[in-house]
Amino acid sequence: MAENSKYYVPASSPWPIMGAIGLGLIAFGAGHTVLDVTKNTDGYGSNILTAGILVILVMLFGWFRDQINESMSGKFNQQLGRSYRQGMSWFIFSEVMFFAAFFGALFYARNVAVPWLAGASNNAMTHSVLWPEFVAQWPLVETPGGTTTEAMGWYGLPAINTVLLLLSSVTCHMAHIALENNRRGRLKLFLGATILLGGGFLFLQGSEYIHAYQELGLTLQSGVYGNTFFLLTGFHGMHVTLGTLMLIIMFLRIMKGHFTPQSHFAFQATSWYWHFVDVVWVCLFVFVYVL
Amino acid sequence: MSTTVDTLHHEEHHDHKPSGITRWLFTTNHKDIGTLYLWFSFLMFLIGGSMAMVIRAELFQPGLQLVEPHFFNQMTTVHGLVMIFGAVMPAFTGLANWLVPMMIGAPDMALPRMNNWSFWILPFAFIILLSSLFMEGGGPAMGWTFYAPLSTTYSNDSTALFVFSVHIMGISSIMGAINVIVTIMNLRAPGMTYMKMPMFVWTWFITAFLLIAVMPVLAGAVTMVLTDKYFGTSFFDASGGGDPVMFQHIFWFFGHPEVYIMILPSFGIISAIIPTFTRKKLFGYSSMVYATASIAILSFLVWAHHMFTTGMPVVAELFFMYCTMLIAVPTGVKIFNWVATMWRGAMSFETPMLFALAFVILFTIGGFSGLMLAITPVDFQYHDTYFVVAHFHYVLVTGAIFSVMAAVYYWLPKWTGHMYDETLAKFHFWASVISVNVLFFPMHFVGLAGMPRRIPDYSVQFADINQIVSIGGFAFGLSQLIFLWVVIKCARGGEKAAAKPWEGAEGLEWTIPSPAPYHTFEKPPKIEG
Amino acid sequence: MLALPALAVMPAVADDTVRLNLREGVTEISQRVYDLHMTIFYICCVIGVIVFGTMFWSMFRHRKSKGRTPAKFHESIRVEVLWTIIPFLILAGMAYPATTTLIHMENTDDADVTVQVTASQWKWHYKYFDHDVEYYSLLATPDQQIHNKLPKGENYLLEVDRPLVVPTGKKIRFLITSDDVIHSWWVPDFAVKKDANPGFINEAWTIVDKPGIYRGQCAELCGNNHGFMPVVVIAKEPAEYEKWITNMEVKQRKAREREQELLSMEMSKDELMKMGEKVYNGICAACHQPNGQGVQGVFPALAGSPVTTGKDSITKHIDTVVHGVKGTAMQAFGTQLSMQELAAVITYERNAWGNDTGDLVQAADVNKVMNP
Ligand code: HEA
Ligand code: HEA
Ligand code: CUA
Ligand SMILES: [Cu+2]
Repeated sequence: MAENSKYYVPASSPWPIMGAIGLGLIAFGAGHTVLDVTKNTDGYGSNILTAGILVILVMLFGWFRDQINESMSGKFNQQLGRSYRQGMSWFIFSEVMFFAAFFGALFYARNVAVPWLAGASNNAMTHSVLWPEFVAQWPLVETPGGTTTEAMGWYGLPAINTVLLLLSSVTCHMAHIALENNRRGRLKLFLGATILLGGGFLFLQGSEYIHAYQELGLTLQSGVYGNTFFLLTGFHGMHVTLGTLMLIIMFLRIMKGHFTPQSHFAFQATSWYWHFVDVVWVCLFVFVYVL
Repeated sequence: MSTTVDTLHHEEHHDHKPSGITRWLFTTNHKDIGTLYLWFSFLMFLIGGSMAMVIRAELFQPGLQLVEPHFFNQMTTVHGLVMIFGAVMPAFTGLANWLVPMMIGAPDMALPRMNNWSFWILPFAFIILLSSLFMEGGGPAMGWTFYAPLSTTYSNDSTALFVFSVHIMGISSIMGAINVIVTIMNLRAPGMTYMKMPMFVWTWFITAFLLIAVMPVLAGAVTMVLTDKYFGTSFFDASGGGDPVMFQHIFWFFGHPEVYIMILPSFGIISAIIPTFTRKKLFGYSSMVYATASIAILSFLVWAHHMFTTGMPVVAELFFMYCTMLIAVPTGVKIFNWVATMWRGAMSFETPMLFALAFVILFTIGGFSGLMLAITPVDFQYHDTYFVVAHFHYVLVTGAIFSVMAAVYYWLPKWTGHMYDETLAKFHFWASVISVNVLFFPMHFVGLAGMPRRIPDYSVQFADINQIVSIGGFAFGLSQLIFLWVVIKCARGGEKAAAKPWEGAEGLEWTIPSPAPYHTFEKPPKIEG
Repeated sequence: MLALPALAVMPAVADDTVRLNLREGVTEISQRVYDLHMTIFYICCVIGVIVFGTMFWSMFRHRKSKGRTPAKFHESIRVEVLWTIIPFLILAGMAYPATTTLIHMENTDDADVTVQVTASQWKWHYKYFDHDVEYYSLLATPDQQIHNKLPKGENYLLEVDRPLVVPTGKKIRFLITSDDVIHSWWVPDFAVKKDANPGFINEAWTIVDKPGIYRGQCAELCGNNHGFMPVVVIAKEPAEYEKWITNMEVKQRKAREREQELLSMEMSKDELMKMGEKVYNGICAACHQPNGQGVQGVFPALAGSPVTTGKDSITKHIDTVVHGVKGTAMQAFGTQLSMQELAAVITYERNAWGNDTGDLVQAADVNKVMNP
């Protein structure tokens, strides 16, 4: 492990604590925003939330500027690059577990809660005493409480979206290969394509939500089917948004001539993130829409 | 590559630390960050402890004397949250920061700036949590386990703040854990193979996996609580097709591994201290590693032992009972290994060793009550009584907290360069170990006799024992002031400590001078053998 | 260290005055649970004695101050395998009786009597399946005892106004559920503890051998008064039980008939206020407080509130009390109180604590809202 013989330890930095202040403001502001919105009071919640987001943006800008400068002036070594890559993989793993919580809720609701409400397992009395009318079904188009909705089919928009996202994973990978072979033209082309595909996905997802609300009566309030549908696709959508922003930043940096075939951690991390988002979608498509 | 410590820190030579407040605010130094974590944790221990004192004062006698039930419930809830997320977890992260790089021969943590970020999130998270106690309607009062729908439809407005505060606590822990893993995987000095790593490093390595795996699940759980309460979802509401028990499954999928997060690093600490003061190598190093890993893996299969009374089908109850019982096997291996380490050693009894020995005995007692709780039909009787409270304070206070104190005494000479006052420290130990048993042991009795937990008032038959418990509680609380005093005294001066103040100590951290220089192992050490 | 001797004396001091151990209870199941408890407890004691004994032996004999030099061994596959396998076998030995007991406990088939137990903040509701009998069961300990203004009685916090009554020697099945948050129905002497989950029904059963009064408590944090919702069960000989239940059936039918008659009757303000105060302090004061001030941010004040004092708010007021407010802790009391009681408590709320609206609400007014 020859490259281990020297380490890089950055000097003290103001950015992390700024990040902490930003997150603190976001948490405090988000909490109060939720209260303001649901109680119809006007408070400072959203202002604090906005301030927090601004602080985070400034922080990210400053932090990444330092980071990029360090990287451009060759201060990094392989060992640090490995640390970053591993850090990113573990971060993605934590995201996987976050989605796992919601998938868990989906499987539990579908395979346990709903059948039990209809009398399965040791819940015969639950059904006959409390919910005699209730029939188990999935998608749960009529809840035990009587709320009705329509199910979202997998054909149409969701299927198109799957194609878009899978395609974008391919283009993203092509861009990566182009970068490694130092073919900057191809790199820009494929990266641009990835961004467009991501944007297209988001647009269609938006229209799908409108369709769900306006035509199907499928809303966040329509029982556990709608809940899992919107939370899973919603958090996924947020991740796509974040991923697209990251891709855009990569695009800008590439325009400025950043990255070399050997050293492009930021690009690699973004591309991993994008593939991760794509894999989550495939699971979503299978478990939320098709099955 | 020559972009190293020297070039970047050329104005801050080895022991020339940056000064002033910005040193602490902007630091990327693992020792500074470790110190911050440890002081933060101690502050939280005092705050959480003060809440426990309110609980014990109210329970001193039957009847409502000092506080109203609503406030009592807030105290119980926030006491649990502050102790777990504020005291124990940050204490371990602080120790990891100080020790992991020194033990594996690394100059610092792998991602030093993120390290600083992880720490500084915590004060904000807890300011939000604690300030919610002063909101109109009070703070969270649904127990640290915040079962739905008590935490959704029936909770007060502080829930929104609680949820986001837990979110950022989780972000902090995850980043801290990623840092530990990456440091261990990447920054080991040449020759420091995995099976040569000190047990403390191993246990933290595994703990970090647990953290990354379950903290996001907790984030998911609080998110669903938020949407159920404020945005009309019905994850935990049967009329919408959900199930309140589903909350418990998600929560305990996090919650059970969480309790091992709070004990595995202790195992590492004890595995460092016992060999030192018996002057003998740790018995069965590799079986210790495998046992730790088995505990971690099993911890994902036992969560529903907290939910035996929720009415799961009998097959599920059996499955979770068997898996839970199995954990006694690897844990037993650890206990037996420690005892075998002591066997035919040459023991001496400095304060770290005293705490370590107390840990082995008292944690085992806590483990025994855990095993009793695992037996489903009997748990129907124990569940939600003070028997459970006794169980988890044995594993947490005389387990996790005692191990942290042992660690502090053990490494304090390395941190401060001074020896602590041994007489005072011994006094702290004996005061603590006696009072803690007066505090928690009789809880077993009231629990068995039928006193439920989380109640501000109880029937007269429990009065005598609760009085004893409370007196033990006040004594234990006061004893911790001695600890504070010893630590401050040691930080400010005292007998100079040698590089290796303990005769039998082994490990890289003892090869560097005391106090440890601001930057260590800029050139990786050689590990021989 | 201190703990060991204490552990050893634990069963010895288990007598009736200072209870320090699990109850043996009055059912076959509770006896089996108790035996299981003692078995695991003794096994743990034995392991404890061996482990701690070895430790203490080392601590006394193998110490540096005695000039010991440390041995060199640090591994032995043989003993390590041994102390993996032996605990495993011990555990298997424990698991067997635990499994059979558990399977037995969870078998609710062939019950003689079925009672639906519905929890709500903070009371129990019992409904007999084969008889037209149902009622609420509330804490009966007076507030003054809780607030230390009166000496505490023998069954402080463990007494209710209307206990559950069951026959001895019969298999009784409980269907346990909740109207709001999770509670847990627990009677230690039966070794029955089951969570009451809103929207789901859990089943449990018991066969009580001995007639008597058995007391327990709610065992799941359920909000403010979680400590104040006891369970009391009276077990009677089957003949006595039959007498009691038929009697109850008649009483409850008569009460319903009288309610209908009362609809056409007017009560005086004094009568309404007196009855209303009693109902208020028994039920509403837990949240809205005896002085009507509520708890800021949690439970709204009734003194001076628009609902209790507004000019045209009577209907809204009745509706709130009868149907509750969805999504809040305010329950629907229409099913819990008689119309007369509802009328009285609403009148009380509109005239107490300086509300002084002068409005009188009669049972007939309540009936209009309840059965439009
Ligand atoms: C550090 C924290 C920690 C640790 C290490 C443990 C360890 C264990 N716990 Fe504990 N537990 C908690 C913290 C912890 N627990 C908390 C906080 C709660 C309550 C949460 C709440 O509701 O608020 C809880 C609750 C809890 C319950 C739920 C009780 C209830 O609510 O009804 C159960 C049930 O099975 C349980 C079991 C166990 C078991 C089997 C172990 C085992 O790991 C113990 C293993 C150790 C030993 C057994 C001793 C040593 C072994 C030997 C000497 C070998 C030979 C022994 C035998 C063969 C017997 N715990
Ligand atoms: C690591 C975790 C941890 C630690 C260290 C402790 C420490 C203590 N806990 Fe525990 N506790 C929990 C975790 C912990 N606890 C959890 C998870 C719960 C469950 C919560 C729930 O039900 O939701 C709980 C619940 C709990 C209860 C049950 C409450 C209830 O059910 O209503 C009680 C009751 O006695 C209690 C007491 C104590 C006491 C006396 C201490 C003592 O060890 C504290 C000692 C420390 C100090 C006192 C601070 C230092 C001293 C000073 C500040 C000086 C001033 C001192 C005086 C005025 C005397 N705790
Ligand atoms: Cu009902 Cu606790
Ligand atoms: Cu557990």
